[in-house]
Amino acid sequence: MSRILQPASERHAETHPLTWRLHDDESPVLYDEYRATQGYDAVIKALEKFTPESLTDEVKAANLRGRGGAGFSAGMKWSLTMKGEGVPRGYIVCNADEMEPGTFKDRLLMEQQPHLLIEGMILAGYANRARQGYIFLRGEYHLAAASIQCALREARANGWLGPDVGGSGYDFDIALHTGAGRYICGEETALINSLEGKRANPRAKPPFPGQSGAWGLPTVVNNVETLCNVPGIINHGVDWFQGFSGGQSTDGGSKLYGVSGKVKQPGLWELPMGTTGREILERAGGMRDGLTLKSWLPGGGSTGFLLPEHLELALDFDTIGKAGSRMGTGLLTVVADNQSMVSLTRNLEEFFARESCGWCTPCRDGLPWSVKLLRALEAGEGESGDIELLEQMARDLGPGKTFCAHAPGAAMPLASAIHYFRDEFERGITRPRGEAHADPIPVGSV
Amino acid sequence: MATIHVDGNDYEVEDSDNLLHACLSLGLDVPYFCWHPAMGSVGACRQCAVKQYKDADDTRGMLVMSCMAPVKDDAYISIDDEEAKAFRETVIEWLMVNHPHDCPVCEEGGHCHLQDMTVMTGHDRRRYRFRKRTHRNQDLGPFIAHEMNRCITCYRCTRFYQDYAGGEDLGAFGAHDNVYFGRYQDGTLESEFSGNLTEVCPTGVFTDQTHSQQYTRKWDLQFAPSVCHQCATGCNISPGERYGDIRRIENRYHGDVNGYFLCDRGRFGYGYVNRKDRPTRPESHQRVMESRQRLADGRPPVESATLLEVDEALDRAADGLRGAKRIIGIGSPRASLESNHRLRELVGAANFSTGIEAGELARIRRMEALNRETGLATPSLREIEHCDAILVLGEDLIQSAARIGLSVRQAVRGKGAELGAARGIPGWNAEAIKTIAQDAGHPLFLATPDATKLDGIAAHAERAAPDDIARLGFAVAHALDPTAPAVEGLDDTAARLVERIADALLTAKKPLVIAGDSLGSMAILEAAGNVARALKRRQKDDAGLTLVRREANSVGLGLLGGESLDWALENLANGEADGAVILENDLYARLPAARVDSALSRASAVVVVDHQRTPTWERADIGLPAGTFAESDGTLVSLEGRAQRFYQVFDPGYMRPETRIRESWRWLHALHATIERRAVETVLLDDLSEAVSKDAPAFAPLHQDTPAALFRIHGLKLAREPHRYSGRTAMRANIDVNEPRAPIDLDTPFAFSMEGYAGFREPRRDVAFAWAPGWNSPQAWNKFQDEVGGHLRAGDPGVRLFPAPSVAGGYCDEIPEAFTPRDGEWQVIDLPQLFGGDEMSRRAAPIQARMSAPWVALNETDAAALGVDDDDPVAITLDGETFSLPARRRPGLPRGVAGLPSGLLGDVARALTPGAIRWGRLMRDDSAREDRP
Repeated sequence: MSRILQPASERHAETHPLTWRLHDDESPVLYDEYRATQGYDAVIKALEKFTPESLTDEVKAANLRGRGGAGFSAGMKWSLTMKGEGVPRGYIVCNADEMEPGTFKDRLLMEQQPHLLIEGMILAGYANRARQGYIFLRGEYHLAAASIQCALREARANGWLGPDVGGSGYDFDIALHTGAGRYICGEETALINSLEGKRANPRAKPPFPGQSGAWGLPTVVNNVETLCNVPGIINHGVDWFQGFSGGQSTDGGSKLYGVSGKVKQPGLWELPMGTTGREILERAGGMRDGLTLKSWLPGGGSTGFLLPEHLELALDFDTIGKAGSRMGTGLLTVVADNQSMVSLTRNLEEFFARESCGWCTPCRDGLPWSVKLLRALEAGEGESGDIELLEQMARDLGPGKTFCAHAPGAAMPLASAIHYFRDEFERGITRPRGEAHADPIPVGSV
Repeated sequence: MATIHVDGNDYEVEDSDNLLHACLSLGLDVPYFCWHPAMGSVGACRQCAVKQYKDADDTRGMLVMSCMAPVKDDAYISIDDEEAKAFRETVIEWLMVNHPHDCPVCEEGGHCHLQDMTVMTGHDRRRYRFRKRTHRNQDLGPFIAHEMNRCITCYRCTRFYQDYAGGEDLGAFGAHDNVYFGRYQDGTLESEFSGNLTEVCPTGVFTDQTHSQQYTRKWDLQFAPSVCHQCATGCNISPGERYGDIRRIENRYHGDVNGYFLCDRGRFGYGYVNRKDRPTRPESHQRVMESRQRLADGRPPVESATLLEVDEALDRAADGLRGAKRIIGIGSPRASLESNHRLRELVGAANFSTGIEAGELARIRRMEALNRETGLATPSLREIEHCDAILVLGEDLIQSAARIGLSVRQAVRGKGAELGAARGIPGWNAEAIKTIAQDAGHPLFLATPDATKLDGIAAHAERAAPDDIARLGFAVAHALDPTAPAVEGLDDTAARLVERIADALLTAKKPLVIAGDSLGSMAILEAAGNVARALKRRQKDDAGLTLVRREANSVGLGLLGGESLDWALENLANGEADGAVILENDLYARLPAARVDSALSRASAVVVVDHQRTPTWERADIGLPAGTFAESDGTLVSLEGRAQRFYQVFDPGYMRPETRIRESWRWLHALHATIERRAVETVLLDDLSEAVSKDAPAFAPLHQDTPAALFRIHGLKLAREPHRYSGRTAMRANIDVNEPRAPIDLDTPFAFSMEGYAGFREPRRDVAFAWAPGWNSPQAWNKFQDEVGGHLRAGDPGVRLFPAPSVAGGYCDEIPEAFTPRDGEWQVIDLPQLFGGDEMSRRAAPIQARMSAPWVALNETDAAALGVDDDDPVAITLDGETFSLPARRRPGLPRGVAGLPSGLLGDVARALTPGAIRWGRLMRDDSAREDRP
């Protein structure tokens, strides 16, 4: 499924900066080909023409927003990173722990074009005066791991990594670290803890990683797709990046959009930021025969459900945010009319409950309770008041009340599913509160 | 300072605090779990949510976790806000999802922080109707019981165990709602501070197993403010009694000494109080004619013991002593100042011995002089925690003064707060400080013969023989101040180390030198003294000198004065004296048995006052049963010169009317009067304390702040029992249906009753148990402090007796020669042992369970030369005695040095003098080898 569905003939350097080199046969782009097609030009240009500060300013001006799902300005993040006299050089960490349900975009970039990521990391490392880069890769991505390892060797052999990057005197290297399969490692501070060999619990912020990150040193954590956008910005400039959407969005650049679910042709497309859900769904060939669209998640399991009427909205960070959801990773999960919202929500909450790191109370003990309530509703064992309890829980798992964004992310599909499809939940209630059950309620592994 | 507005009231608070710390310090109740005053904030439990507003006009506000929110000037917050209250109640409901409904059978019940917080938030209905998660529990050894189902996952246990105390074998496993706190497999917790888990755990996951076997709710225990007698540190404790037995020891908060934490020896070593073989009635031991012959045959010297009544015992003891031409009084560093002083009054100053072996007494006196004359003060434990460079000469602190070792650890960790401050991270933000600190720490330099548990955080851990440790110290002093005598013949490595240590001490704002008596080396003490003098000469006025003594009242005895035990035995042996009164002292634990035997067998009257059936007790003509710390009042002087009173916890005669246990000083007072044929008048503790304070200038400040027996609050005595204390009228019904009057305490302001003042609002320094309305757990100490984690509002108990440091005398120039191994001989040193090294606590079963069988430590190469492997028997010939012990190869131990575990030898080698350095012969014990299967 992690396939780009636009043929090579449709993809060009200036319109598809992330995917234009990819082969239709899905074989990886190796060093020689990458270098021959403007690869590492951005590094040469940056080392010659930019200081770390001006490079940061350039990315900031381009308004490159974090593609991991939060949409925070990458340039802003870089500019907040401590550097300068007396500050030790820190780390640039690539968040490649792609575990958001329904998301498979970073995998494509890493499996088929690892040099673009390496080039982006060298640029980020230079801008942030990092001494070392780490790629924190999802453990299951073994193909990407092989591809990245090969590319790292090639880059090192050709002088793009090591003591003297591109002959500039700047020293920087990258190591690959594969994760052990925890969703929470996608949270940047939990990722750092895991990288250090500690329990993958998020850290309190402040201090932010830019202040005190991996091993206490200034650290920048960026998503794969975010970093892959940087070479294009350096090569083609801020205006090119800003102008990408042709006015349909204030966010710059292209975006890897995708669809999964019961559509005719699930996959990935590189499109201008702000493309509508409708266009993406059409590119996927629409719903499978006999099915109609009931609902959809705009960008992963931790985003809120939307209705078919929201398909007309531009898929960018602000527009989807105003509609009450989040763009997240921009990979749509579609729900067909024959799917139960209760079961779907229960399935998502099971995932989030299982992936809770166990640090803070609401997430650790609230999510499993919500799962058990959802299971009861699913089995027709619900009691009056269960829905109100779920709604209260969704509120109490909200931002600021929990230690990190994991539980608020889990609360989004729960709250929105009840909001839009309350009648489906109500059908699961068969008895007044407190009445004894004939049979014990089945208990799962959560 | 900053002004904060809380629910419409304005308060001045420290702007470096977090809101939770500030609110609790103001006396406002905010519930919390993961935050701990000694361990800072991590924001995990979400219990301490309050509403914070942008400004006075903001009416919406937002929830913040008060533990993670820094105090800002002009901040508007609300604790009473409805949303905040509802959220806090919800957090409890979440925590209760998996928490069992087992309060009635849970040993935490009644002093459970989770119970308190649940009541505080108002949560009383549980809506969760599904199955609860369960765990398997682990066997964690003799001290700690484990019940993981009760866990609310606050992470305090691992944060204390790993981060604060440096333990490695307790951690968090698993994830989501299946986090498990335990060891990787069943087994005894390795930390020497595991007992604190019972107090940092906010609920009943980790409970006191020694208490479990004789369980009593906190509200049914009788407490008194007491002082730990198991080493010289002077930690404050609250022992709890019921039915005449001590049931548990709780930490008693002291802002300058132990804070919230005790070591396991102090917490779990109380069992000697409850031993069934304790003498409880006066005994008369008949010495038969041939007793000397019996001794020579190795048979027990005592023919039979007759139980006596008090008057008869006193008369017979007095008769015997009156017949003596001269009576020697042998005191004890484990007895109170008052008891020792009474003994000295009885026998006269010229006939008083401290009961301390001559070498140790000389070192105790020297340490006292160094504390007085080097110009450096002895820091409190709290001050140690703020030192930024530490040199330890000779002491394995975790074994010899564990609680000080824990404070040294905090000093090293203090570097994190310093690094954090440079990046604007407040010291209370615990995980962030840990991140920024990584492995950085303030420099700690250790020089000991064997590996120690502080090695892992030391900048350098040097392994050396005692004389070489001293030489290192002398050399550091010279490097600090060239006028200090130089050490000849140091090699380059040693010279570089010396430079490094001197640099670190000089760069530090508050350097600290620690040495002590556990190796029995005067040279080490002198070296520490030279370093101290040199620091003073380099204007390091904030530097400190901590000198570790062995026993609870070693310092007090040193100040009181008196001759050595050797002197006493000699006077008895050579017939200069023929009467002996021995106070709470087992002479056989101090000097070779033959010397003690020959002295005591020549005495015509031997009276022993003690609470344990020791070999010395068995040699008494008359034995008078004394109270332990739990049954007496008195004063101890800790190694930092802090005189602290311990109060009687219970009257042993109330539940056991047949006993005749009395405070030692009361026995001695009565004996004195009886000998002089006076009527035995009532003696009061305050009179005794006053007599002590008039005795020597050093004691003048004694008890200037201690409440006299007539101290009252609102006209009330102070209660030893919580107001819920139950069963008073029935608890003795099996003995007599007539309820006797409760014992009357004339000596102290405390009552043996729940009637009396037990509150927190009126300032008082001596607190029997911490309780405040709504606060039943140890967290109730918050209510007694000037700020949470600070000092008691009325001041911390005790008074420092060491005068302000001044400079007198000069450098010591008696630098020992470098240690050279001898052919066929080993320098045999004592290695201090936390479990077993103390004469009293090693009589407690849980401590015995943590003691190892005796062994001899050898350098690996030496062991190879002798042809022994681990556990192979080694024959040791020492002081004319030969015994066999299994070998323990220790890679760090210097060649030519052998170590014996202090206090563990037991009957293997009774003739040795603890704490002394001596030479002995070692060889492979082939006879024992052949015996082995």
